[in-house]
Amino acid sequence: MTSSNSNTSSRWATDHLLSWFLWGTAMMAGTIALLIMVFLVLEALPALQHIGLVRFFTDSSWHPAEGLYNLAPMLWGTLFAMAGSVLIATPLGILSAIFCHYYAPPALAGPYRRLIELLAGIPSVVYGFWGLVVLVPLIGEVHPPGPSLLAGILILTIMILPTIALMADASLAHVPQHYLRGAAALGLPRWAMIRRVVFPAAKSGLFTGVILETGRAIGETMAILMVCGNVVQTPSSLFDPVRTLTANIALEMAYALGDHRAALFVSGLVLMAMIVALIVSAEWISRGRIYD
Amino acid sequence: MIETPNQSWNLREWLAFASVWGAAVLVTVTFCWLLGDIIWHGLSHISWTFLTAPPENAGRRGGIGPILVSTGLILGVCLAVSLPLGVGTAVLLAEFTSDTNLFGRLTRRSLDVLAGVPSIVFGLFGNAFFCKTLGLGFSILSGGLTLACMVLPILIRSTEEGFRAVPDNYRLSAAALGLSRTATLVHLLLPAAVPGLLVGLVLGVGRAIAETAALIFTSGYVDRMPESLLDSGRALSIHIFDLSMNVSGGDANAYASALVLVIMLLIINGTASWLATHSLHRKIVTV
Repeated sequence: MTSSNSNTSSRWATDHLLSWFLWGTAMMAGTIALLIMVFLVLEALPALQHIGLVRFFTDSSWHPAEGLYNLAPMLWGTLFAMAGSVLIATPLGILSAIFCHYYAPPALAGPYRRLIELLAGIPSVVYGFWGLVVLVPLIGEVHPPGPSLLAGILILTIMILPTIALMADASLAHVPQHYLRGAAALGLPRWAMIRRVVFPAAKSGLFTGVILETGRAIGETMAILMVCGNVVQTPSSLFDPVRTLTANIALEMAYALGDHRAALFVSGLVLMAMIVALIVSAEWISRGRIYD
Repeated sequence: MIETPNQSWNLREWLAFASVWGAAVLVTVTFCWLLGDIIWHGLSHISWTFLTAPPENAGRRGGIGPILVSTGLILGVCLAVSLPLGVGTAVLLAEFTSDTNLFGRLTRRSLDVLAGVPSIVFGLFGNAFFCKTLGLGFSILSGGLTLACMVLPILIRSTEEGFRAVPDNYRLSAAALGLSRTATLVHLLLPAAVPGLLVGLVLGVGRAIAETAALIFTSGYVDRMPESLLDSGRALSIHIFDLSMNVSGGDANAYASALVLVIMLLIINGTASWLATHSLHRKIVTV
């Protein structure tokens, strides 16, 4: 599409003003991400200098008051919660999208899609609250104490499900119609068509959806803070309480000082590193290299 | 295929049918359970006094009046900053740089990263930058500015799409008529791109109003009526969090506050999808 080149001269003085204004706003918007990284590093630097990166994984425990800063249990908490929820939400979300496109009667597909959209808009604190008052007591009856890794996984699953369902929905919509007609002409039954024709055609969109939901699962704070019990330990079963990196920041930031505060910024950096890795792999997939 | 596949196909088809419908039913039931629970427990507590009265006894009794005011103020600050920044950037990206421009590509990449930043990291950044470095302290201003950084990518993306949906001959005709770029933008492109802008705006408001983690360490917990933008103010989502986690016996009011928040978001999302379907493709009537 046509764009004006802002370097060429224009007869109007207002055009120059406009150009300066637009460049100014874009510079500011573009530097925010950089600014965030700079401030995370600046605030984390004292901890990296005094404590060193290695001790964040080799210290015996997380007791900032005694100078022990082991992030590993919380990193495990984040990874387990993420893995569990992605494992459950991915098939459910993709099946949801398939339901909308190929199984649901037309009268049902529209409302179902709206329902998923609504689910996507509900704030995390509401999910967390519902998890706290409904889900945690239920789990507590089966296997005390209740606030646990399992509760966190289930709540995260409900939260990230709309992300993958909507992404899968969009990528299924982009499968060319003549593929489907061709499959129908070959007499393929519905599921065989989905498995052999639709999935390969929609693969890159589905993978992007998985990456987006993984990012959401890693970054989620409030809901998981409310249902996970927040005990700093590497969980040995689904019913153990855990604390994630995000929850740790939210819980301790209020009173953290000095090296402790800097250590929380280090965990912020770890989260950012995970997210950047995900964005890079999303880029890689969307360029189609995954098929090579 | 040489083998007769009918037997296994039938089984497989049947299994697929069952699991697709099973997934759909499971998702629907969970959603209805969640929403039904919030409405059932929340509805009986909502009244005009609940919406206007100040909270009493740490929120166990009383209402959410000052909290709604704080939420509104935080949102106002967020929009006052993010709208000009977002629209300006979107105009530059869509109208004044080509797709291969290095600055444009860098800005887009940077906004992609920004869109993926976890909200708690925004909270850390807001606390370090706005509260400490700029000296704004725990205030509505810090919270609103932090949220502005957060909604910027959503706002820019859909505004840019709005501009890209404007047909190219508008630009060519305006250039042929010798209109200045400012006039083209203000009188022609901006009105045509308004639907995209509105969708972005509504989505951004939805994201901002639902946010909790980015606000705890920027706008704070104080539940009094704020007197200025430099006062700390408690957002509705933080109120729900505080009532359910830190105040025993606060569940009833937490339910009611959650219902208020959900209703707000349903209205916001409804508006967004209505705008998207009804006006995004509307064009200026050519005479």
